[in-house]
Amino acid sequence: MNRATTLGVIALGVVVCLTFGTLAAVALRADAVARLGPADWAAVRFTLWQAALSAALSILLAIPVARALARRRFPGRTVLVTLLGAPFILPVIVAVLGLIAVFGRSGVVSTVLGAFGAEPVSIYGYHGVILAHVFFNFPLATRLILQGWLSIPAERFRLAASLGLRPHDIARMLERPMLREVVPGAALVIFLICLTSFAVALTLGGGPRATTVELAIYEAFRFDFDLGRAALLALIQFALGAGAALIAFWVAIPGDMGAGLDRAIRRWDDSVLHRTRDVLVVGLAMLFLALPLAMVVVNGLPGVLSLPVQVYAAALRSILVALGSAGLTLILALPIAVYAVQRRSRLIEGLGYMTIAASPLVIGTGLFIITFPFIKPSDLALPITALVNAAMSLPFTLRALVPALAATEANFGALADGLGMHGLARLRYLWLPRLRRPIGFALGLAGALSMGDLGVIAMFADTHNATLPLQLFRLMGAYRMEDAAAAGLLLLLLSLSIFWIFDRGGRVNAVR
Amino acid sequence: MKAISFVAGAALATVASTASADTLTVYTYDSFTSDWGPGPAVEKAFEAECDCDLEFVAMGDGAELLARLKLEGARTDADIVLGLDTNLTAAAKDTGLFAPHSVTADWSLPIEWTDTTFIPYDWGYFAFVYDKEKVSNPPESFDALAASDLSILIQDPRSSTPGLGLLLWVKSVYGDKAAEAWAGLNDQVVTVTKGWSEAYGMFLEGEADLVLSYTTSPAYHLIAEDDDSKAAIAFEEGNYMQIEVAGKVASSDQPELADKFMAFVASEAFQSIIPTTNWMYPAVTPKAGLPAGFETLAQPGKALVFSSEEAGALRKPAVEEWLATSAK
Repeated sequence: MNRATTLGVIALGVVVCLTFGTLAAVALRADAVARLGPADWAAVRFTLWQAALSAALSILLAIPVARALARRRFPGRTVLVTLLGAPFILPVIVAVLGLIAVFGRSGVVSTVLGAFGAEPVSIYGYHGVILAHVFFNFPLATRLILQGWLSIPAERFRLAASLGLRPHDIARMLERPMLREVVPGAALVIFLICLTSFAVALTLGGGPRATTVELAIYEAFRFDFDLGRAALLALIQFALGAGAALIAFWVAIPGDMGAGLDRAIRRWDDSVLHRTRDVLVVGLAMLFLALPLAMVVVNGLPGVLSLPVQVYAAALRSILVALGSAGLTLILALPIAVYAVQRRSRLIEGLGYMTIAASPLVIGTGLFIITFPFIKPSDLALPITALVNAAMSLPFTLRALVPALAATEANFGALADGLGMHGLARLRYLWLPRLRRPIGFALGLAGALSMGDLGVIAMFADTHNATLPLQLFRLMGAYRMEDAAAAGLLLLLLSLSIFWIFDRGGRVNAVR
Repeated sequence: MKAISFVAGAALATVASTASADTLTVYTYDSFTSDWGPGPAVEKAFEAECDCDLEFVAMGDGAELLARLKLEGARTDADIVLGLDTNLTAAAKDTGLFAPHSVTADWSLPIEWTDTTFIPYDWGYFAFVYDKEKVSNPPESFDALAASDLSILIQDPRSSTPGLGLLLWVKSVYGDKAAEAWAGLNDQVVTVTKGWSEAYGMFLEGEADLVLSYTTSPAYHLIAEDDDSKAAIAFEEGNYMQIEVAGKVASSDQPELADKFMAFVASEAFQSIIPTTNWMYPAVTPKAGLPAGFETLAQPGKALVFSSEEAGALRKPAVEEWLATSAK
């Protein structure tokens, strides 16, 4: 075994321990006395139900938007498609803050409704949870489905036009078959994301009626300190996640629309009605996405320089956690990527993706049970948060690194071997320069995800070691909405900055 | 490298934040430590006479304090836990984490105080609070409340002492029929918040007609804000009573300072701060009596309360019953 393989095995070992080791620790702790009450089963049902509904609504809304974006060319379209990726690195709690400002009792929508004498709307409860999930996932669905649309070769539309096919024929013969291939995979990805939802349910869930399994784990831990029940729920959570992930792998069959010459798609089935509808659809979608964020900026701006000192301290902690988590992600991902590429093993890569099915709270609970006899939990709150965040970012990091590394090895591997370039030299002179872009992107992503994370930290932290998202959650709890808005703006800026700086750093002077 | 220096930094920060020699750490609930709560005044008054540093650590709402203490066990930094109530003292004693007290005082409570572990620091009646300008015909019983279409904000009984109080209030009124009573109320519940602060804040923002709070809450608006628009309802069935308590942690590294603080809690200095900061009745009425304005508060015709043993036995099944009904 060479050094690279050893490191790869160690990194994989860490990942397996984090996913299965913590699960085992939790399972061992789940004694026979623990049992699940009707409320726990209600949480399981609600989790599945809200995830399914969130996925369905996201897809239903995304189809018209994706169709409009696929067949229209307008200034700013590219920027818009890029922005559809932004919710991914948006801190959940900031989005929740924006959604409350728009859809809450004293929000924009209620004010407009009030002007017409209608009752104000309330955002707390299951509909708030689903609204927030749609806000996060409908842009993702739009991007996935847009890719499907753009995968239909331009020649097909040309052929359809010359055959005189009408819009509904095109829909039947080209678009619906494409949707049949793309939609199940996209729906399952969203289902999986909503399945482990915690921060949304914590902030908007209305008590026992809108509790996810992830939130029930938190409550068993924080409210009852019932480790046995937390463990049982953790097992259920893992089973749900793993089940959905397996189905997702099984369903996601690549589509085959035939090859084209990648010429720009031109559509001949246009009409004023279509055009109006597309403008309306894209406009509404943008409003839905931009308004909550605009509210965060508008509400947060006045107070951002006069925040309580604890908020700045929390921001500093968040920056440290994000940097630590980004670094840890890379330390884990690079050896696994090298190992997977050298062995040409999909299995190794797949093991690295495993954390996507794991729940951060389960990992957190497991680490707690393991370390509890030795160390006071609040002392470990920040390192554990950084580690768990790193594990959660690993799949995305691998996704960016493995193909780039495989290409590098295919192009330069033989040359490097011929030069006897191994170990650190290969890392320094071949991998790092060639992988600068994906590494920058991955670090930025991991940093931003960690910066905005409100999960494990909520379980362990006390007043002295809150991160910025937790501090923001507490400000919201105390109904100090002005400070909360300002803290939200700060968090938003920090998340976007850390992503931009790393991603940018990967591009500057990068070997192209 | 970043990761390593980060971990080292976190470790250093941890060492630096550990309590110095003469710090008394008091775990309490959020609203106690807020700027307008008793925390700042109590800290100032006690530090003036103890030559020490009094540090409040806010841990969510009252019931979360207990879970937190179980989580930390004997390793906890807490010397005093302030903010449990008599519905939780049985469970708190079972943890074995508390030491007996040696405080004697002339308690002005509606019941006789015999607990040897915890001492009361204030008390009050749970009640639904409303805005007189918005609700013209407040319901005067649970049945009337369930029959109305008024929206309600309540707290989670697993994390919050008012939430648990409401649960036991309903239990004491309806007994075996409590689940049906909850089924009647649940469609009016806007949301169940984690703690009292969240619910009361939402109520003030106009998110619901009624909020579960105390008969003494309107005093805050009357005295601090000169606003008499808020009122609490005395129910025909009676209102459930809450007695909030403080206890000394057995593993405290400052046992003498902790004893001093326990005695301070029963003293005039502490008790005179309570009415107009925590907005509850003091456990020992100050020499000057209650502040002007308290005489306007609603007086329940009947005070309902379970003994701490009864409440301790009822808590778990009542929470499960509520969860099962409310999760539907």
